[in-house]
Amino acid sequence: MSSPAAALRRTCLYNAQQGCGGRFVDFHGWELPVQFSSILREHQAVRTACGLFDVSHMGQVFVEGRQALEFLQHVNANDIGKIKPGKAIYSHLPNERGGVVDDVIVSCLAPGRYLVVVNGATVEKDSAWFERHAKAFDVRVDNKSEEFAMLALQGPNAARVLSQIAPNAAELPRFGALELDLYGQHSVITRTGYTGEDGFELIIPSVIAVRAWQDLLMQGQSFGILPCGLGARDTLRLEAGLLLYGQDIDDDHSTLESGYGWVVKFEKGDFIGKDVLLRQKKEGLKRKLTGLKLLERGVLRPGAPVIIDAKEAGTLASGTFSPTLQFGIGVCYLPPDIAVGRRVAVELHGRKIPAEICAVPFYKAKRA
Amino acid sequence: MPTPESCRFTKSHEWISPAGPSATVGVSDHAQHEMTDVVFVETPKPGRKVKAGEACAVVESVKAAFDIYAPVSGEVVEGNAALAQDPSLVNQSPHDKGWLFRLKPADPKELEGLMNHAQYEEFLKAAAK
Repeated sequence: MSSPAAALRRTCLYNAQQGCGGRFVDFHGWELPVQFSSILREHQAVRTACGLFDVSHMGQVFVEGRQALEFLQHVNANDIGKIKPGKAIYSHLPNERGGVVDDVIVSCLAPGRYLVVVNGATVEKDSAWFERHAKAFDVRVDNKSEEFAMLALQGPNAARVLSQIAPNAAELPRFGALELDLYGQHSVITRTGYTGEDGFELIIPSVIAVRAWQDLLMQGQSFGILPCGLGARDTLRLEAGLLLYGQDIDDDHSTLESGYGWVVKFEKGDFIGKDVLLRQKKEGLKRKLTGLKLLERGVLRPGAPVIIDAKEAGTLASGTFSPTLQFGIGVCYLPPDIAVGRRVAVELHGRKIPAEICAVPFYKAKRA
Repeated sequence: MPTPESCRFTKSHEWISPAGPSATVGVSDHAQHEMTDVVFVETPKPGRKVKAGEACAVVESVKAAFDIYAPVSGEVVEGNAALAQDPSLVNQSPHDKGWLFRLKPADPKELEGLMNHAQYEEFLKAAAK
């Protein structure tokens, strides 16, 4: 394998992860591990025990000021007014055309003080978007992505592992958010994730990242923890029906089309893109992100053509092999009238393989 | 089954063992390691005539699909049916239970153009630099 280009960015956990046997790939300009031991084993660890991910490529934008809430309501589709201090919410940032600038998690830290966690590949784009729209509000937008690292501790044993280093945070309810001192550094922990399992995301200053990574792996040993890479992150999130920005949603596909209509709260007041989304809802959708499963053994891949009635109806946005279900799964933008259970075909390596339309998520965790 | 030392190798990391009436083809230990967890293998149908260097099988891991090229020209006589049940044999046993297909070489001399085990090891070392 050729060595990655020198221009790739590394997180502050690069050396620690190399020490754990990480195999690195180029992910949107970041040199990140695709796996440590095995994608299948890492996937299984998160579904049954616990996994630790370095997600420091993701961005942290702090929003503060008298009109912080008004500003966030303006740029978000979800109702940020519903979260009180100590709570987080999943949301989309719509553009004026109804497309999506990014999908984010907003945490309310205190009245008038919020943390927005954005995707790694969109930090600059989102910052520029926020700057542009913040001018009309009495608010300060602070992109602190360079100063913060981020860990995702995921799986049914995540709370037990976290309680070893942050007992208060381990008690958080789902979508709870807590500001705390971790190793003497101001940090935020939320009970959120991108795997479909219980879990936490630790937003921590870079200076304590290696220590937190190593402590969690050590404390997690008796709980079956494994360091996990991007490979397992993708199979886990797709099984759980979670969107990947840039692949499943982007500037040209709307929240409603992606099947995440519940994120859009029309009744909350005005926000960017509201009129376009309302029109889409009234007139009906022309396409909808739809789940498929392969009926023969194989692996679905992004870009694979989906054939309905002998015609190409679309190409897969995401696709993989589901380690939990043991068959190929994927999502594709298709006409909204294609019913669950309908037989279709997917073209793979020049062959048409039978597939079936199915409901998303493909997998739901049994939560205690 | 063939030891790596008795096999010939291609630059695309297939091995071929000429022992017996037909030759057995698989991927090298280096290749299975690079591929990571194999979850699907498509083997060629018996009777298919392939040319040396022709893509004739697909090995897929979670992350990517890999074309497998015929090391020599010939006629496919058998695909490894065990891989349909357990594709991870390619990872666990690349030189034995994880073989991919057997073919009858059209010209035994073609084998001589491939690398022996020592040459393949050298090739891997040079590629790692």
